[in-house]
Amino acid sequence: MANFEPKIVGFLCNWCTYAGADLAGTSRMQYPPNIRPIRVMCSGSVDSAYVLRALLEGADGVFIGGCHPGDCHYVSGNYKERRRITVLKSILKTLGLDDNRVWIRWVSASEGKRYADTIYEITSHLKKLGPNPVRKYWSL
Amino acid sequence: MTKEVVIEVKDGKVEEAINSFLKNLLEKKLVSALLVPQEVPSKDNVVQSLVTNSNGLKEVNVIAPVLPVNSARIISEMTRLSPHKNPVGVVLRSCEIRALVELVKLKQASLDNLLIIGVDCLGTYSVSDYQNLCKQGNSPLEELLENFKEGKEDAKLREACQVCEYPTPSNADLVIGLIGVDFEKIILLQTNTKKGEKILEKFSFLEFNQSKEREESVSKYIGGKIKKRDTLFSQTKEEVGGWENLLSVFSTCISCHNCMRVCPICYCRECFFESPNFEFDAEKYLGWAKRKGSIKMPRDTILFHLGRMSHMATSCVGCGACEQACPSNIPLLKIFKTVSHNVQQIFKYVPGRDLEEPLPLTTFKEDELQNVGEE
Repeated sequence: MANFEPKIVGFLCNWCTYAGADLAGTSRMQYPPNIRPIRVMCSGSVDSAYVLRALLEGADGVFIGGCHPGDCHYVSGNYKERRRITVLKSILKTLGLDDNRVWIRWVSASEGKRYADTIYEITSHLKKLGPNPVRKYWSL
Repeated sequence: MTKEVVIEVKDGKVEEAINSFLKNLLEKKLVSALLVPQEVPSKDNVVQSLVTNSNGLKEVNVIAPVLPVNSARIISEMTRLSPHKNPVGVVLRSCEIRALVELVKLKQASLDNLLIIGVDCLGTYSVSDYQNLCKQGNSPLEELLENFKEGKEDAKLREACQVCEYPTPSNADLVIGLIGVDFEKIILLQTNTKKGEKILEKFSFLEFNQSKEREESVSKYIGGKIKKRDTLFSQTKEEVGGWENLLSVFSTCISCHNCMRVCPICYCRECFFESPNFEFDAEKYLGWAKRKGSIKMPRDTILFHLGRMSHMATSCVGCGACEQACPSNIPLLKIFKTVSHNVQQIFKYVPGRDLEEPLPLTTFKEDELQNVGEE
């Protein structure tokens, strides 16, 4: 387990978190290479089904990054996504699955440091949590 | 402005007393048509039918304890494109009205010119159990009423009904009441709306004077149901909690999507889970199988159920139509009811309670759920 490297699928909003990730990169900030970013136009466009698919295909964690409340380019996408992810986490929790493999955070375009810190935090949390148990049951 | 009157029951025949009232509605032209369940000629099932002539009401049985379809779907089919121009009466159970309210909010049905007649529901048998009881020569309705009178638990009822905490209809223009009423002699007719009052003005029924007894019986009955419901919740956690259990339960799913097709809340004309997103080349399957060692076929059954849950759990009314339609006997009701209950509690939302309450996933508050991303 010592050399377990979690795989994180990231859905990053085009206007804030993706730009934040860009800033972290151009500022040469160091952060774990465990995240596989997917650029989406708005965090509000990330349906729970995509998050579920990532988890069921064996991703150890899923990260959804959006604009801070009040800053959504489309006015309310992030608020709606917050509700959607709350529903998804509740479903996972009720069914006895790890709901803390799903993360949602607000990172603005100017917060390169916050982006790097967030990825650190998620990675170290998932390292403690261990690999996604769904991998043991591929044949189901 | 609640108004309560009684309909007299002759020779203990509850269904006939209700039928004569429905007949009067049509004959007095208070409604131009009625959507009611009719018995089929073999007498072992009922079908919904739209009746415009009181002669067509002969085989009507609105309290037959079976629910082949959640009629909210039927009303949605009739009123989605345009509402009724003339008043149409629809006789529905609580779960059907609650689902209808949700469909109206989802803009899939219209209540215009609809007279909702709700009936107290003492539970329903699955279609196959209902048919078996009939074949054995028993009357499921008599058995149900008998059990109810003696306060006996009926283990043959569908699980959805055994744990249903909404036996009396809400949001109905007229309520036909059986609980807390001596239904061998009288049944209760209750109204809370102007539409309903106008109808009752046309009749000369006697006042109902046991409102308090009725209220007490109803809340006692609901109390028992809630207890059973909570037992079901803890059972669910034990039986299907965790990946291993959950994957085993859903691995028998044959991907027929019947549960989605009969669900009154699943309304999408084109379901995401039936879209080309789920069509892949042969090589892709082999690739997955290689990476994982083995994959279960048909694929994505658990993704379908969890995804469907995430889409409709906020509005699930717990009618159990999904479970009844499942050819693989997956215990869908217990899973969906438990999950939905927890989800709905987050938003203090009760599906079907109020037309004015917005659907949780279409609205938001700025200062809520602050710690979702922070744990």
